[in-house]
Amino acid sequence: MSIFNLFRKQRSAPMARERLQLLLAHERASAGSDLVSILREEILAVIAKHVQIDADKVHVKMERDENFSLLEIDVEIPLHATLQAA
Amino acid sequence: MGKVIVVTSGKGGVGKTTSTAALGAALAQNGDKVVVVDFDVGLRNLDLVMGAERRVVYDLVNVIQGEAKLTQALIRDKRLDTLFLLPASQTRDKDNLTTEGVDRVITELKRVFDWVICDSPAGIERGATLAMRHADIAVVVTNPEVSSVRDSDRIIGLLDSKTLKAERGERMEKHLLLTRYDPARAQRGDMLKVEDVLEILSIPLLGIIPESMDVLRASNIGAPVTLADARSVPALAYFEAARRLAGEIVPVTVPGEKRGIFGKFFGRKAA
Repeated sequence: MSIFNLFRKQRSAPMARERLQLLLAHERASAGSDLVSILREEILAVIAKHVQIDADKVHVKMERDENFSLLEIDVEIPLHATLQAA
Repeated sequence: MGKVIVVTSGKGGVGKTTSTAALGAALAQNGDKVVVVDFDVGLRNLDLVMGAERRVVYDLVNVIQGEAKLTQALIRDKRLDTLFLLPASQTRDKDNLTTEGVDRVITELKRVFDWVICDSPAGIERGATLAMRHADIAVVVTNPEVSSVRDSDRIIGLLDSKTLKAERGERMEKHLLLTRYDPARAQRGDMLKVEDVLEILSIPLLGIIPESMDVLRASNIGAPVTLADARSVPALAYFEAARRLAGEIVPVTVPGEKRGIFGKFFGRKAA
């Protein structure tokens, strides 16, 4: 290892610390109940009541921040299904 | 009435069994009567680390099922006559550990011993929750590594909700034992520092055990670290931790930090 690598390489401990603090803040807040998975199940159930959902066309994304969580549910509704509903 | 300690962590392989043996032997060297209890039914190892694997006749499950008396199952240490081991069963299913059975055994042990140290299995299943159930004090063993810290946080949550103390609305005394610590790597920023782990988990520090060859050497010969070489760096750290457990106020030293030859002599004499 050259002396340049020594300077270029970022120290990993501060990253570990930050990742842990963020993760644990969320895990402690939602201890026992998993709000996000409940929301995901119930939202999809409501949509499925009206439209037939293709499981492969559902994308669920989760983003966690210091202050909030973002749950993104992307459901593709086929054209003929909308016609049926209308 | 003796005190019950649970040595727990959530994650496996962080040093629960090593720490149970080392702390038990350290406390017993003060003349206190100590029993170490293996709760890892099916994967027992405390007997091996203590060097008593060839003397196991009866175990915790035998006592719970009424097949043996507690006095028959307890194994007295060959080196320290105030140190005892209650081994776990290697062949039985962990479902044989009943809440009532464990209640009975711990109550009986508390009457006879000054310290009852329960070595918890990894995980958060039955064995782990039963090991912590009766604890007055919890020793949370953690490595300075993300997955270990996360699991310790989870275990701290369980200690505050799934124990008799918690059910009675009392506060569980919890201590952090940071093991496999490498001061040089932490100094370079390649390992979580003591302060980082303390800040994240926010429980008081019981001790810092450095990464050391002496720990492996001790388990190779089947002796608690504090008996194998009482003057080794990890042994000194465990002795300090044991004194803190007993309520003494001892300033925390980061082991492995270079001391002068005089400082070394001095430090060893003091311990």
